[in-house]
Amino acid sequence: MEILMSVLVGILFTAGTYLVLAKSLLRIVLGTAILGHGALLLLLTMAGLKTGAPPLLGMEGITNYVDPLPQALILTAIVINFGTMGFFLVLAYRSYKELGTDDMEELRGTNNE
Amino acid sequence: MSWLHIFILLPFLFAVIIPVLYKKFPKIHTGWFVLAAPAGIFAYLLSYIPMVAGGETTMYSLPWIPSLDIHFSLYVDGLGLIFALLITGIGSLVVFYSIYYLSKVREALHNFYVYLMMFMGAMLGLVLSDNLIVLYLFWELTSISSFLLIAYWYARRQSRYGAQKSMLITVFGGFAMLAAIIMFYIMGNTFSIRELLSQADQLVQHDLFIATMILLLLGAFTKSAQFPFHIWLPDAMEAPTPVSAYLHSATMVKAGIYLVARFTPIFGGTMEWFWIVTAVGLITLFWGSLLAVKQRDLKALLAFSTISQLGLIMSLLGMGSAALYYGGGETSQLHSAAILAAVFHLVNHSTFKGSLFMVVGIVDHETGTRDLRKLGGLMSIMPITFTIAIIGSLSMAGLPPFNGFLSKELFFTGTLNAASLDIFNMETYGALIPIVAWVASVFTFVYSLILVFKTFLGKFQPERLEKEAHEAPWGMLLPPLVLSVLVIGIFFVPNVLADYALEPMMASILPPLEGQFDIYIEAWHGFVPELFMTIGIVVIGLLLYLTLKKWLWLYNNMPRAMTITNAYNSGLKRMESGSRKITDLHMTGFVRDYLRYIFVLLIMIVGASLFLLDGFSFEVSNVAPINLYEMILAAVLVGAAAMVVLTRSRLTAVIGVGVLGYIVALFFVVLRAPDLALTQLAIETVSVALYLLCFYHLPRLRQRDEGDGLNVMNLVIALAVGTLVTLIALSANGHRMFPAISDFYEGGYELAGASNMVNAILADFRAFDTLLEIFVLAIAGLGVYSLIKLRLARRASDENQ
Repeated sequence: MEILMSVLVGILFTAGTYLVLAKSLLRIVLGTAILGHGALLLLLTMAGLKTGAPPLLGMEGITNYVDPLPQALILTAIVINFGTMGFFLVLAYRSYKELGTDDMEELRGTNNE
Repeated sequence: MSWLHIFILLPFLFAVIIPVLYKKFPKIHTGWFVLAAPAGIFAYLLSYIPMVAGGETTMYSLPWIPSLDIHFSLYVDGLGLIFALLITGIGSLVVFYSIYYLSKVREALHNFYVYLMMFMGAMLGLVLSDNLIVLYLFWELTSISSFLLIAYWYARRQSRYGAQKSMLITVFGGFAMLAAIIMFYIMGNTFSIRELLSQADQLVQHDLFIATMILLLLGAFTKSAQFPFHIWLPDAMEAPTPVSAYLHSATMVKAGIYLVARFTPIFGGTMEWFWIVTAVGLITLFWGSLLAVKQRDLKALLAFSTISQLGLIMSLLGMGSAALYYGGGETSQLHSAAILAAVFHLVNHSTFKGSLFMVVGIVDHETGTRDLRKLGGLMSIMPITFTIAIIGSLSMAGLPPFNGFLSKELFFTGTLNAASLDIFNMETYGALIPIVAWVASVFTFVYSLILVFKTFLGKFQPERLEKEAHEAPWGMLLPPLVLSVLVIGIFFVPNVLADYALEPMMASILPPLEGQFDIYIEAWHGFVPELFMTIGIVVIGLLLYLTLKKWLWLYNNMPRAMTITNAYNSGLKRMESGSRKITDLHMTGFVRDYLRYIFVLLIMIVGASLFLLDGFSFEVSNVAPINLYEMILAAVLVGAAAMVVLTRSRLTAVIGVGVLGYIVALFFVVLRAPDLALTQLAIETVSVALYLLCFYHLPRLRQRDEGDGLNVMNLVIALAVGTLVTLIALSANGHRMFPAISDFYEGGYELAGASNMVNAILADFRAFDTLLEIFVLAIAGLGVYSLIKLRLARRASDENQ
């Protein structure tokens, strides 16, 4: 399972990186979203998979739980990811409105700055 | 804090109060106030003469940064004291001269004297410091104040060019010297020159010895305008003449000489030191005298003459260092004659060169030009100036009855002694030294004659002068007169100077021979080779001078492109255009390119360390089994990712990302993370809604044909990144070093009253994370709000830039 997940994470990173290197701002936004998903799965995988029950105490007869710490970390990461993502989206939207393009080749600093 | 400390810091104190005096007493020339500082210090330093002449030294220490072995310690011995006396003595004369030279009305005098006092204090600190770091501090301070003084008339382009050039070259050497100082600390574990000298025997065997020597000499050669770093000195002549007289003939350019002399006890006696110092000095001597002949500007002529004379002193220090090879005894004494010549000529040069610069300043001041082609016939108009000039020039040429004659004779003694050495491969090349020295002296004779005869003899051309020529005021004549009296005085009583100044100086340079010198300088020493050499110089020199017109054209055939200044200029230009090219090449302004650099570097560094450090491992023993559900989820995930990448429609892409997010949520379900699944589902829903909302306003994904259907380079980078992440994940999985700490959280109910371990961690065990994550959301929300609401007109923001 860990091997499969590692390969999956690799695929998500490949797709994310390829999109981030694209010309259109929109694809870059989607690329960062995919990179984010890859990172979440990687975190979870690294803690070891399927080593026990869900991390909920109080159920009878269970001694083995999955590691709760990475899950807490991931939860934090998801929320932060969402916050930055939302900001990024609105920024992309605004820059398109102001500058009239979403092509990264056209969005470049002037020479004399 | 001793009195000496206070006197050394006095010029800096003056630098602070001068602007106040300048404003308070506008009627009095500020120079009169300033004069008190050098004159006072000179008088105070004179009180050390008897002690130093008696062979004693003294040291005053003041802790500055004791933990780093940096002390403001002052060491008074012959070498330091005579330099300090030259600095303050000629400093007083220069200040006096500048009072008459610089106009009270037209010039920014407060600037001038502040810079000059900074320089004087720095120079005094430099020659008296025992701590190398403090010495370096003062060294750079002389560079900075010299820079300020050269660019005193900063409205002129040439002044700024000269200042920049001297700054670049001397600071380059200063940095090399700093490296040498650090190496000294590594070798001897001290910054004190005194302690380093006492360890000289061990230092010679250290691996860093040669490197330290070369770096130190770089510092000395750049400061003292030695070949090929001499090019800054002629351009520094844009400074006011008192500055040229003071800095660029008598003091600052001798800082390098001082440094070489100071470290001779450590490095002297080795072949490398002997050859580098002697050869560079001789080349400088020869080259400087050769180029001085062709100059048409009086100050440029004097600049090249200074370069040449500094080369002479430097080569003498090199030749004299051979005395340390023998470490005492008769042979050592023979070679110590070169050191005597060096220190003697050092003093003599300060006297006659200072007076010559002042003479040139007078000529410039009273006629309005320094161009030899416009000058001539001033003898009857400026008789006193002419007298001073002829004394200085003939001393420079090495004729009796002036002090230059004595030191020139001693110089020839030194070269002849060096030629007879049988160490350091001297058998092969030794004979060259006197020949080069002799030829250079012939040229010295020629330019000395040019200097005085072309200016004061010949035809008077009043129509070509900018002012009506007349004799200078007495105030301006007095300082060069004092120096001229010294020039003649030293010739007649050289042994007074030798006993009180030269012998202590030699004792500092050649400590093993201390007390063994038999210094007796005499003007007439029989028909020895040195005398015939001098007679030869006069005869050949006169012949050359009289036939000047016939061979001066030779200089014009020298290609301009071959000059060192040209190499400096074009090198500077090429450096600038080269760095611009490099910057333009990689700083394209495209975010894509920068991202590519970042990813490629990540792949290279992380990938290389993974394999080179043998970090890759593939372990399957503790891997969990896979079932069908997970296979299907994985397949859908890959499909969704591929769809996002490949699609040409933005809606499909958004839906693809949505599918991807939901599959991740399902993975959280399968992998037993209920809270994550809930959050992920909710957030993915909101995100997709947001995407749709925003993208409604964005253009279509393929609004126009972009022409990068499949970018191969991007694909390769992306594949490499993905593979790298997989490899790292697999390796990390195979390297479980220790068990997780999560057993602790199984006591969550007892510790926190919570049965949901994840929530207990978020809100109880690690609640700070949660707090700050709330901040992130809040800031993002505020950011979104302000992005949408706040719309300053673009024009207004452009104006503010």
